[in-house]
Amino acid sequence: MTHAPLSSPTPAAPFPSGAGGLFRRFKARPSEDTSAKRVQFNSPLLPYLFLAPQMAIIFIFFYWPSVQAIQSSFYLEDPFGFGSSFVGLANYTDVLKSNEYLGIARFTAVFTALVTFFSLSIGLLLAVKADGVIRGNAAYKTLLIWVYAIAPPVAGLMGMMMFDQHIGPLVKFAGLFGWEMKVGLNYNDTAFAMIVVSVWKQIPYNFIFFLSGLQGIPVSVREAAIMDCRSGLRRFWTVILPLLAPTAFFLLIINTTYALFDTFGVIDVIVKDKAANNPITLVYKVYMDGFRGNDLGGSSAQSVILMIIVFVLTIFQFRFIERRVHYN
Amino acid sequence: MIRKFTMTGLALAFSATSSLAATNITWWHGMAGRNGEVINEVAQKFNASQTACALTPVSKGTYEEALASGIAAFRSGEQPNILQVFDAGAATIINAKGAVIPAEDLITKAGYTFDRNAFIDGVRYFYADSDGKFVGMPFNSSAPIMYINDEALKKAGVEAPKTWEEFEAIAPKLKEAGFIPLVQSQLTWQFTENFFSRNNIQFATNNNGYDSVVDTQLKVTDPNLVMMFDKLKAWKDEGYFGFYGAGWNDNQKMFEENKAALWIGSSGSFGGLQKTAQMPFSATFLPYWGSIKGAGTSSFIGGAALFAMSGKSDEENKCVADFFQFLTSPEVQKFYHQATGYVAITKAAYELAKAEGYYNEKPVAEVGIKQLMLPAGEWSKGYRLGFYPQIREIMEREYGRIFSGEVSVKDAFDTIEKEGNELLARFAKTAG
Repeated sequence: MTHAPLSSPTPAAPFPSGAGGLFRRFKARPSEDTSAKRVQFNSPLLPYLFLAPQMAIIFIFFYWPSVQAIQSSFYLEDPFGFGSSFVGLANYTDVLKSNEYLGIARFTAVFTALVTFFSLSIGLLLAVKADGVIRGNAAYKTLLIWVYAIAPPVAGLMGMMMFDQHIGPLVKFAGLFGWEMKVGLNYNDTAFAMIVVSVWKQIPYNFIFFLSGLQGIPVSVREAAIMDCRSGLRRFWTVILPLLAPTAFFLLIINTTYALFDTFGVIDVIVKDKAANNPITLVYKVYMDGFRGNDLGGSSAQSVILMIIVFVLTIFQFRFIERRVHYN
Repeated sequence: MIRKFTMTGLALAFSATSSLAATNITWWHGMAGRNGEVINEVAQKFNASQTACALTPVSKGTYEEALASGIAAFRSGEQPNILQVFDAGAATIINAKGAVIPAEDLITKAGYTFDRNAFIDGVRYFYADSDGKFVGMPFNSSAPIMYINDEALKKAGVEAPKTWEEFEAIAPKLKEAGFIPLVQSQLTWQFTENFFSRNNIQFATNNNGYDSVVDTQLKVTDPNLVMMFDKLKAWKDEGYFGFYGAGWNDNQKMFEENKAALWIGSSGSFGGLQKTAQMPFSATFLPYWGSIKGAGTSSFIGGAALFAMSGKSDEENKCVADFFQFLTSPEVQKFYHQATGYVAITKAAYELAKAEGYYNEKPVAEVGIKQLMLPAGEWSKGYRLGFYPQIREIMEREYGRIFSGEVSVKDAFDTIEKEGNELLARFAKTAG
């Protein structure tokens, strides 16, 4: 999961780099490419040379392990590698037949949808409000952004303390409303805590992108909109939001992968290394079976399934959602 | 700056010359904090005691991480000489024929005599094969014991229970005195595995898994075990038992804070508890059921053992044997026992600590050893079950569901047995 550089995909800019440029290339509009600045290389080999380090990293850290995972997902082997026997698709059928696994998959879907939705919408709301602030806006922005600098396990740890069954202030607060919150004991309460901490951790990231996206909207467009329409809410829906769509789409993909993978640290800290009857996501299950259970074949099959899910999800997003995004 | 460099250079030169002559061996372990420091001290003592071998201990995180790193390293031919593997992972490494050299063979080959009877009964079988040959060298061993909040019992005017029947009789009084009568920290280790050992009941077919991996099946639907959990659930509903999730510390905390009267912990918890407990405490054996015939036998050892990995030179193996020999010497055992709270694994070390009056001073430190030295029953020697860490995860999940009221005790054990047996069958295929 690489994070794109901190440049905003502003519609007016000529896509110098960053997310906007990335996605524009996917659109493959040759007529516009000719207008972009082209760099000429003296030697035909030179561009490949520049690409080589990146390709090497992708190959070593992504393609090679992926191929290995696919290979070992068809085998059942003892952890030390003495004997391995080909079992065909048995690892996959074992996993997909398991009610537990399907339950975890269901939770992962709900978790990903909720985390993505709330971190995007709250991030957007805060960005719109911060964009409107004129006095002391730097202080506001810094306060909203700094959370992003916290590492996921630390965020999980802080969140866990807020939700601790013995001393957590949020648990005491919930108690005031008659909600006896038991994180670590009650499935739904733990799920709630996981979602809150994961969303909290991701809001600043979305905030940064939305804010720079908002600031990239030309003043002239805004002024024209004000003349045409007096309702601020309506202006937001009809003018600002469509112009923010490229940023929002980029963030949708980043947030989905965040919820699927990067929340691992948060989950690990919240379940305190012992999942028991608490909810976990698919990626945590891969870790439990592979690294702690030493079942290489089974966990490889699970990680291939996860790979396919992400692949399908990304294709879906590009194919059906990006159609509605206008880049210029 | 230059001086600093010179000093570093000199230091490097010295360490290089000292290790040039010695054979280097490595030891990967899964201990952190104070226990990790003690391991470094043990290694220093060993290095200072002789010049032929230089031992370097490396912490690999938790037990699970140490095992996972050891496996990954073995597969790429970079394995350490010694790997620490925890109780639940024992089957994984012992069933991988050829991954380790049995400790007993290693030591005998190095010219030492190996006396199985030098070890206390409770630790003798757990890491051994079905013939009793030591495969792993027991290292840090612990037993689940019951800690007693002395003030709470005094206030309620009751004695510490020996059996669960006695506990049932005093629980209402403890509750009346304002305490949670009972908490525990690990239902799998304390109320499942050691339920079988303390009550002398068979845990799994094939001689608890020792004889063969093929067709080994769990026997967790045993009516006695189901009864134990039915009781725990009923006790929880009546306020006699407090359950705060699968995490060890969430439960221990209630005892430390003087809110609970009895806590099932580990004999190794003693050191930490001395610092954190807000009230005076003592300890006794893990209770058993008086109604079960033949109950009251010794418990399994918890903790971990050291395994000598194969694929190393004879010289290095000799050093590992030297170290194992050093580690089991009474003085080192006594040091380790007193520094960490883990039990002494040899009779000689126990006698030495006793002769020094250590247990008069700290009676709690003796409880774990005494429990491991209780007469062994047919089923209290150990278990050898593949993919056991995952089976424990299934148990933890189902136990959580029992106490949150999602499933009945009977259904939970049916699920554990079914899913556990599937994992055992899967393991048999990998080992076959």
